[in-house]
Amino acid sequence: MAIKLKLLSLLVSFGMMFGIIELVRRRKLKEEYSFLWLITGFFLLILTLRFDLLTRITQALGVVSSLNTLFFFGLIFVILLCLHYSLKVSQLTVEMKILAQKIALLEAEINSNIKNDAVCPIPFKG
Amino acid sequence: MAEKDRVLVLIPAFNEEERIGTVIEEVKKYLPEGEVVVINDGSADRTADVIIKAGAKVINLPFNLGVGSALQTGYKFAIKEGYDYVIQLDADGQHVPSFLPVFLEKIRRTKSDLVIGSRFLSPGPYAGSRVRRIGIIFFARLTSFLIRQRLTDPLSGYRAMKRAVVELCSRDAYTFDYPDADFLLALHRQRFKIEEIPVTMNPRKGGQSQHRGLGPIFYIFKIMLSILVNLLRKNERSAHGD
Repeated sequence: MAIKLKLLSLLVSFGMMFGIIELVRRRKLKEEYSFLWLITGFFLLILTLRFDLLTRITQALGVVSSLNTLFFFGLIFVILLCLHYSLKVSQLTVEMKILAQKIALLEAEINSNIKNDAVCPIPFKG
Repeated sequence: MAEKDRVLVLIPAFNEEERIGTVIEEVKKYLPEGEVVVINDGSADRTADVIIKAGAKVINLPFNLGVGSALQTGYKFAIKEGYDYVIQLDADGQHVPSFLPVFLEKIRRTKSDLVIGSRFLSPGPYAGSRVRRIGIIFFARLTSFLIRQRLTDPLSGYRAMKRAVVELCSRDAYTFDYPDADFLLALHRQRFKIEEIPVTMNPRKGGQSQHRGLGPIFYIFKIMLSILVNLLRKNERSAHGD
């Protein structure tokens, strides 16, 4: 691997890992969402330091170019990430629905109780 | 009506300020013993004000959840407050309230757990677009095949149900975007008895359809997928019917 390319790859790998850790440190990214990114950064680092590993994987898979191998695994990573987000969004949708229903029912109950006591109702302001 | 029976008339509404007042009036006229509750599904207009002015109870969802979740909010309310029967109808005036006593009589007197008002069992002014009629026929035949019982209007939102059905539908595991063929299949698998009665329906006037935002193709895909996963799930039968 050419020196310049190796340096660039090292910079990207370390930059990615430190960037993710910093985002977690600042509480902008939850630990559970950082896992895939850190693993990816780590593998990038390994492949940069041991380029022969990439070559061996490429040959084992029967791929023509090492670059194609990188793209392939990069695509797998993006697919996994999207699936992870879809699962999370589905879960959040359900939780949001339950929460909205609970709020609506509680507000109705409060207004009913307040009405019985002839006090001004509390309107919900979304 | 039996002295202890409590009936909830449940109406999901989204931007129906033009029609909801009239619908509530007619419901009270034809079923005075029923308690009317309207689920205001995040309406941007004066729907909530009109509901209160008409003398019905309103439950305001903080934002639009869709008709399935709005109805489920009503089911949760019904269970919490101890209602024995729930009759649901649309807020846009399509469902004719004069059939409410017929629903109540049927759900009280027979073994049916769910009574669906079918617009196709009797002639009426409802015509609907050709595409919609084709869709209804398709789902009617599919549902009839799946539950081994002839149904003519599985998409009808004009329904009456017993408490056991309401209790099942109030569980978070049973949320449906729109209680459709997949919903009826789920009830059938739980051994609930489903029956249809003839009703007439009016053409839709005013307001906004609960199906808005869903392209017909995407909608069909969702229902078909929901039916498939329903069949693939292990049938955890409730105590009902065992």
